[in-house]
Amino acid sequence: MAAAALKDANNGAAASPGSFPFGHFKNVHQSFAQAGRAPLVAIENITFDLAAGRLVTLLGPSGCGKTTFLKIVGGLMSASSGTIQINGRDVREPQPDFGVVFQQANLMPWRTVLANVLFPMEILGRNDAAAKLAAKELLALVGLEGFEQSYPSQLSGGMQQRVALCRALIHKPKLLLMDEPFGALDELTRMEMQDLLLDIRRKTGATVMFVTHSISEAVYISDDIIVFSKRPAVVADHIAVGLPYPRTSEMRYRAEFTALEHRAGRALGITR
Amino acid sequence: MSKAAIRNAVFPLLGVAVIVIAWQIYTQAFAISRIVLPSPLDILKASAANWDVLLRQSWPTFLESVLGFLLAVVIGIPFAVCVASSRILNLTFYPILIATQSIPKVAIAPIILVWFGLGMQSKLVIAFLVAFFPIVVDTAAGIRATPPGLLELARSLRASPLQIFLKIQFPAALPFIFAGAKVAVTLAVIGAVIGEFVGSVNGLGNLLLSANSQLDSPLAWAALVWLSVLGILLFAAVAVAERIVMPWSDTARH
Repeated sequence: MAAAALKDANNGAAASPGSFPFGHFKNVHQSFAQAGRAPLVAIENITFDLAAGRLVTLLGPSGCGKTTFLKIVGGLMSASSGTIQINGRDVREPQPDFGVVFQQANLMPWRTVLANVLFPMEILGRNDAAAKLAAKELLALVGLEGFEQSYPSQLSGGMQQRVALCRALIHKPKLLLMDEPFGALDELTRMEMQDLLLDIRRKTGATVMFVTHSISEAVYISDDIIVFSKRPAVVADHIAVGLPYPRTSEMRYRAEFTALEHRAGRALGITR
Repeated sequence: MSKAAIRNAVFPLLGVAVIVIAWQIYTQAFAISRIVLPSPLDILKASAANWDVLLRQSWPTFLESVLGFLLAVVIGIPFAVCVASSRILNLTFYPILIATQSIPKVAIAPIILVWFGLGMQSKLVIAFLVAFFPIVVDTAAGIRATPPGLLELARSLRASPLQIFLKIQFPAALPFIFAGAKVAVTLAVIGAVIGEFVGSVNGLGNLLLSANSQLDSPLAWAALVWLSVLGILLFAAVAVAERIVMPWSDTARH
């Protein structure tokens, strides 16, 4: 029921692709001025399109500019040059209709779990009874029923990140931006969270842009993988994963899966 | 009560008991004059005999401390917020604050008495002056220590500066504010007593001075004990307020 409501509110983005791609990124370039030295080029040139409802992963080595790119897409940072369009509109400032999940859960210790999830609705002035109901449904969806009145300090790292995921979804964002959200979690929790993300994606139809430096994570969750080269970043490879959903852990041991991992590894220059 | 709670109550009391007993034995064994060092029993007797005077004289000292402290909170927190959120205001006022802090409060107490008279006002002002600094410094530090991730989250939702302050920066600074308030409230008592020493008509500091001048050491010591009890009670009141205002920090501890 919650999922249906969320899907409706997603502007039917997944169902009806327009004449333009949902996300359009062309010749995105980012450099930072450095005192007394040549500017630091973080992103040389990134160009790709993102279809609505897809889950795209930005995969690359640490410090390659993938987080910078995600921030540019989210309007949290402006690019030095290039075109960044979502739904045909240029992104120049933060977009309240996007959801963001960071590497750290970034929960407010003084708020209960429920109040943390409702934070975006408060800022957007839509914190009504319906929002509260939606928040409870989301928490149930991620397996946190009964924890509404707990404080973040009482939760484990994985549970905190689930709350952060609910907070990013509460205002039914058009685009979910995730910056290494499972990077700080242990391996088993991480695999659990990957399944949870895919489950939520299936139920909400959200378009997701996900940053990671884990090859297996990228292959396991993605429709598409954009492999970033070392800094200054260019697109080293654009991999259409093509494995069927729902993905299961057994798939990790299949030949197609390892072939995709191998291809990503080659694009990253770590295998031949 | 849990085992830990009993232990937390018993050991501090044990520490006090050891000192008091050693003190009693020392004064009796060496027949120390009660003018030089009254025994704990002498102090207790003086306290019991003069409880009405002590209670009456506690009231002005209590009021001076609490009002001075509250004034420091009411003025100090907004001041710290301005200083922490504006680079220009910070550059303009922070050096002055540091400079005024380095003036010994005992040294300006006579001047403040000239301005505000022998009554309660002058003590209140001195209590305010000593309590102001820790509140401002800790509040400003707390606001600057807001986790950057929370600020980025607010920015991603295009929260207004007022929303960011009320919903993120201020609650994030609360543990710092309470840390400063606990220091400030004990300093406020000291400030009030300094004022009473320099010139006053009542208060525990006034009682202590007059008892001392009459060589009534047990009463002077009794006033001293009441003063420290007053300081402990005010500290405890701030600690209780902290638990009420910040229930989440309590759950973090257990």
